[in-house]
Amino acid sequence: MVTAEKARVATIWLSGCSGCHMTFLDQDEALIDLAKKIQLVYSPIADVKVFPENVDVTLVEGAVANDHQEEMIKFARERTKILISLGDCAVTGNVPALRNAWVKSDEAVLKRAYIETADVNPQIPTEVPELLPKAHPLHEFVKVDYYIPGCPPPSGVVNYVITELLAGRTPNMEGKSKYG
Amino acid sequence: MKEIVISPITRIEGHAKVTIFLNDDSSVRDARFEVVDFRGFEKFSEGRPFYEMPSITARACGICPVSHLVASAQACDDIVGVTVPRTVELLRRLMHMGQLIQSHALNFFHLSAPDFLLGMDYDPERRNVFGLIEKMPDVARQGIRLRKFGQEIIENVAGKKIHSSEWVVPGGAKWPLTKERADYLLSNLPEAQDTALKTIKLFKDWLASCTEEMETYGDFPSYYLGLVTPNGGLEQYRGKIRVVDSDGKIVADMIDPYQYSEYIGEAVEPWSYMKFPYYKPLGYPDGMYRVGPLARLNVCSHCGTPLADEELKEFKKLGKNGVVQSSFHYHYARLIEALFCIETAKDILEDPDVLSERVCTRTRPIKSEGIGVAEAPRGTLIHHYKVDPQGIVKSVNMIIATEHNNLAFNKAVTQVAKKYVEAEKLQEGMLNRVESVVRSFDPCLSCATHMVGQMPLELRLVDSHGKLIDRQIR
Ligand code: SF4
Repeated sequence: MVTAEKARVATIWLSGCSGCHMTFLDQDEALIDLAKKIQLVYSPIADVKVFPENVDVTLVEGAVANDHQEEMIKFARERTKILISLGDCAVTGNVPALRNAWVKSDEAVLKRAYIETADVNPQIPTEVPELLPKAHPLHEFVKVDYYIPGCPPPSGVVNYVITELLAGRTPNMEGKSKYG
Repeated sequence: MKEIVISPITRIEGHAKVTIFLNDDSSVRDARFEVVDFRGFEKFSEGRPFYEMPSITARACGICPVSHLVASAQACDDIVGVTVPRTVELLRRLMHMGQLIQSHALNFFHLSAPDFLLGMDYDPERRNVFGLIEKMPDVARQGIRLRKFGQEIIENVAGKKIHSSEWVVPGGAKWPLTKERADYLLSNLPEAQDTALKTIKLFKDWLASCTEEMETYGDFPSYYLGLVTPNGGLEQYRGKIRVVDSDGKIVADMIDPYQYSEYIGEAVEPWSYMKFPYYKPLGYPDGMYRVGPLARLNVCSHCGTPLADEELKEFKKLGKNGVVQSSFHYHYARLIEALFCIETAKDILEDPDVLSERVCTRTRPIKSEGIGVAEAPRGTLIHHYKVDPQGIVKSVNMIIATEHNNLAFNKAVTQVAKKYVEAEKLQEGMLNRVESVVRSFDPCLSCATHMVGQMPLELRLVDSHGKLIDRQIR
């Protein structure tokens, strides 16, 4: 896919627990080799603040649970060649989607946290991104090219997928990662 | 009124933004640390069997899942009325040491070191762990391996590095530790200890060059809260709560976790999804206190392991009456704790009881309520569950470590913004300093969002009703 120049890789963190980013870091010493092949152009662990143009691979952790995340994922999709759902939250909704069992789940969860369990100023915060009525997996909003299930996926699988893609091959996911 | 928005704050474990409010003459008036997403664990845990709680709540955080696991396991032990066997206690504590080691290594090497070792004003495109690998491969490798050591403790005890919830059962543990695994960990321990000692030295040498940062990075009096052992030593796994004031006087001691709600209240502000816990006897917002590594070293009288105790003596000299007040020293405190955890892990691994195979008991819920408390890497973590006779969860309250520091965050970002931000000549490095004080606290926010399509350095002029008058992008 990319020859002489380093591949431009991004990671995004939506409604997830950061565990999928931690599994990325669990590549440990393999990160040192990876650093020779990729440039991390956007990530919560890097300082660039605006998702850039021309990204080769974007790994996305987390479900889409609020309006800014919906905007973010659409914005990133337009600027990315290969978009990957990393982990069960991105693939199925997983933990953030547990609230979907409630009708008007956004109201139910907010009321519990900010009114029922508050001592001073009980109120639902308003000057913050608005929760969507449900939490959604990524593919309900954008086209997803690859899925890596797992909560989180094993770091070896993350390394395998990235390495294969950088080599211009299609990763074979059979038997590599399971849900949970 | 003008504002500067830094969004998202990067190299922290979570998404947040900072808004800096300016006076008419463009000097900094105030600053706010705003957390912008929320998932709702307290609600969606309702109606689920209590024994699922460790597995669900671990998913609150991929960096400190083990702290949630141990707090949740304790609350579940409480519900089933069981005192767990000593071996299980040792193993859970060992796993928690692994957690603290990896999390502290992560904050230091992967997230904060780019500021210290590459520089606050270094090219933002490379001011990250990959930039560090490029520039200082040896330091980066040591950091990566230290974090790996912590993660491997968790994996060898509980089966998985992240979300190893299957191993945790109310009243016990699913499987014992094998001798092979214990020996493997022991064989890697000297390198980890060596890295911790070297890093402490590296950090102390570097400290000499940043007296200004020490005085402005959240340097203010506050209360401190943390767990202690029965004789007042450093405790991270389970214990009683101690609170000290800014002069180091103990104002509350040996508080049973069951009494937490008498001491800790929670407030809400419309601009953040993170609540504002406060020390109830002082009220809101005066009851500001800090938790986490700095607070833990401030509330304890000793660590209890030889190398860490030696460092603690030096650390305490940085403050008055043994209370170190600059948030900048969270970093130093974190490194001392990492050393303590490595020493403690060694003690546990060498304890003959740790390999016992009697780790599991059969249990049923007998109590309607359970509380668990642990010191997560970032501070005191409380899980409180109420269940029905069948063990179905009726209500959950969780006070997350990072939340306790919310009032202090806001004070610290204001202090740094006042010192470094010049709105007329705004530069990226100035804003990175504001972010860097946030990193010193190492906040671990529940996930949140990035703002997109919006420039990161944005000056907004708003009228007193908050209406946008002018917007300038740099
Ligand atoms: S899939 Fe699991 S590890 Fe990944 S963000 Fe979701 S809860 Fe965390």
